[in-house]
Amino acid sequence: MTDQKNRDKHKVDLWLTGTEEPSWLVEGTDEGAQKMALHETERRRADQEGLSVGDDRVLDEEIAPDDELMIVNMGPQHPSTHGVLRVHIELEGEIIRRSKPIIGYLHTGMEKTGEDLTWLQGPTNVTRMDYLAPFHNELVFSLAVEKLLGIDLPPRAEAIRLLMTELNRVSSHLVALATNGMDIGALSMMLYGFRDRERILAFFEKTTGLRMNHNYIRPGGVAADLPPGWQEDIEFILDKIPPRMYEYEDLLKANPIWLGRTRDVGVITLEECLALSVTGPTLRAAGSDWDLRKVFPYSGIENFQFEVPVGEHGDVYDRYRIRVEEIWQSLSLVRQIAESMPDGDYKTDDRKVAPPPRARIDESMEALIHHFKIYTEGFQVPEGEAYVAIESPRGELGAYVVSDGGAKPLRMHMRTPSFANLQALPVMMADSLIADTVATIASLDPVLGDVDR
Amino acid sequence: MADDQVVETPEEDGDAVVRPLPDHPVLLALAEQFDEIEWTLSSGQDVFFVPKDRIRDVAQAAKDAGFELLSDLTVADYFRKKTPRFELVINLLSMQHKARIRLRVPVPVDDAQVPSLVPVYAGANFYEREAFDLFGLTFDGHPDLSRILMPDEWEGHPLRKDFGMGSVPVQFKESHQVR
Amino acid sequence: MATPTNPPGFLLANLDKVRHWAQTRSMFPVTFGLACCAIEMMATGAGHYDLARFGMEVFRASPRQADLMIVAGRLSQKMAPVLRQVYDQMPEPKWVISMGACASTGGMFNNYALVQGVDQIVPVDIYIPGCPPGPQSLMHGILTLHDKIMSGELAR
Repeated sequence: MTDQKNRDKHKVDLWLTGTEEPSWLVEGTDEGAQKMALHETERRRADQEGLSVGDDRVLDEEIAPDDELMIVNMGPQHPSTHGVLRVHIELEGEIIRRSKPIIGYLHTGMEKTGEDLTWLQGPTNVTRMDYLAPFHNELVFSLAVEKLLGIDLPPRAEAIRLLMTELNRVSSHLVALATNGMDIGALSMMLYGFRDRERILAFFEKTTGLRMNHNYIRPGGVAADLPPGWQEDIEFILDKIPPRMYEYEDLLKANPIWLGRTRDVGVITLEECLALSVTGPTLRAAGSDWDLRKVFPYSGIENFQFEVPVGEHGDVYDRYRIRVEEIWQSLSLVRQIAESMPDGDYKTDDRKVAPPPRARIDESMEALIHHFKIYTEGFQVPEGEAYVAIESPRGELGAYVVSDGGAKPLRMHMRTPSFANLQALPVMMADSLIADTVATIASLDPVLGDVDR
Repeated sequence: MADDQVVETPEEDGDAVVRPLPDHPVLLALAEQFDEIEWTLSSGQDVFFVPKDRIRDVAQAAKDAGFELLSDLTVADYFRKKTPRFELVINLLSMQHKARIRLRVPVPVDDAQVPSLVPVYAGANFYEREAFDLFGLTFDGHPDLSRILMPDEWEGHPLRKDFGMGSVPVQFKESHQVR
Repeated sequence: MATPTNPPGFLLANLDKVRHWAQTRSMFPVTFGLACCAIEMMATGAGHYDLARFGMEVFRASPRQADLMIVAGRLSQKMAPVLRQVYDQMPEPKWVISMGACASTGGMFNNYALVQGVDQIVPVDIYIPGCPPGPQSLMHGILTLHDKIMSGELAR
């Protein structure tokens, strides 16, 4: 948001972007309980008639009468809210004055369940949070546990993890493009996006046994080695997806309808992103080159070449571009990782953490005991706490785990990117048209399982 | 405190007790601003223990020192494990210094009231609502402290250790044969 | 069927069978995606698995135009009243498919937040196991529902 027009667009009484005081945050987003209060018009009228003096607000030229303000409830059951998101929208004609996301309709209590599962069972739980990027959830949880355990992994385990997470980033962004297209009316994009996602999911299914919710990356490595013939599968994916991506670029990149629906829509500035803890493609579209893969590298991603795409306007179009560019970067990363895949073991040889190979169980009593202990009572993790964050397709995905020395976590908390990013929705939607609502929500790419946990 | 693998406790060095200080210059400057905060290393990560009445000042100072982004705010419940039962955990991120700092704030259960960080970091809004909803901590100065994940009429704060899992026995009935 | 422009001819059928045939061949599901299963439901409706083969690719956003509710995903306590309301808004005849372990039994999350099975809220006709069930499982569930309607067992 660089030009004056946009700046003026956002200058409303309760939403003072230019000022130092973040007063719009206090007044603009939420008041009352899980619905919006209706008193805005009355307060403005009181200001106008001199009944009260607001010190941080500008008087309007005209007062909208009460009957011109309308509360529209969108969701939780709605085709384009990406799950069970509910948004209260206060409309003045077709213009959104205020909005408030109401969440919790998918609250699953996973953090509570996580305290009841052993450290080894933890990935089963967390993988169901962000169900479009399950590998990232498993990876960040495993990294946090390994940080407490203080173990190192063989290079092949780390490379497999990177391979899977980067493929997962491609599939997640493909779904983001698909749903973004569907919401704006480019329905063919929805069919195309899911078609290409199937190619990646076929590889996931072959490797992990499941299309989603894999429980494949576990503390101590990964659950199984890559299947025989995985190079051909990767080659197939890398052959098939790029030509399609060119097609999608032709379809959307310069499409006048797409441009009209996305340019200068849902604008957010870099300062607002930082204030509201927004990360991921939304932050990068606003002009920051912040990517945790570059800054705090994990699992050896610093050994590979990739670039961080950066936008400048912070609008829906820029976020769409960032996702497309990230697909290209991730495909390049997948190729690099697959070409340099090291040999070796796919899990740590610390027998307190990872089960022994099947063949060892037949010949060694000790191996049998280790195997039994790991799968019945789980392994103990030393007392302590750690916070580890990685770059998920939606932003900073963090895991905060506390251990009291037992076989189960004392506290397992996930810092999920969609939860924080959703705070930016009222800022993005203020004083835009109601028709842009779905475009804005889709461009944030929230996953409600990630929001509510 | 709970971290055992951490830094050795300050040694009696002659008369004066040497207060452990972080290496990172930004963190060092921050630690020297406040006498009350204790620095320690937990799993190799920098941690400040902050008294709860100073939390907003420390957060403001950290923001001024370059920690632009509040990346996480959560609560850990050390029920029957520690005497100040709750611990508010705040993860701050500095993009310019490429550093992280974790503020840990012990909060007793009978006075579970903490100054809100929303005036400093607007992004704390949802996080504090979540902490209120799931743990029952209240935040002074929060613009809209209401339940966020659970329904409005819900009783209790489910992530407290004494809340219970709330699981119900599921009965499975024998189904008739599918043709 | 006989029309004025295309005269003589007879079609003898049981009226019930014609009704069941009509019901199964244009069954519109309401979009009730909740969690992971919703993604699989979308994948089923998309090009690769092509739910259009069964005349079901149009997911209606309005419950008033739908006759099948596929509850795809875990149902939280907060969402349960919404589910019931959407179900009540659907016109008769209507069927419910409970997709996935969480919708059927609560799945692995037996805790304070989740309803342990949507059959506590709405009557369920078909349960589909899996976490999440793949598109093939969903299709199998849908086809089983069709069969049961055709055979009259679940006819409404």
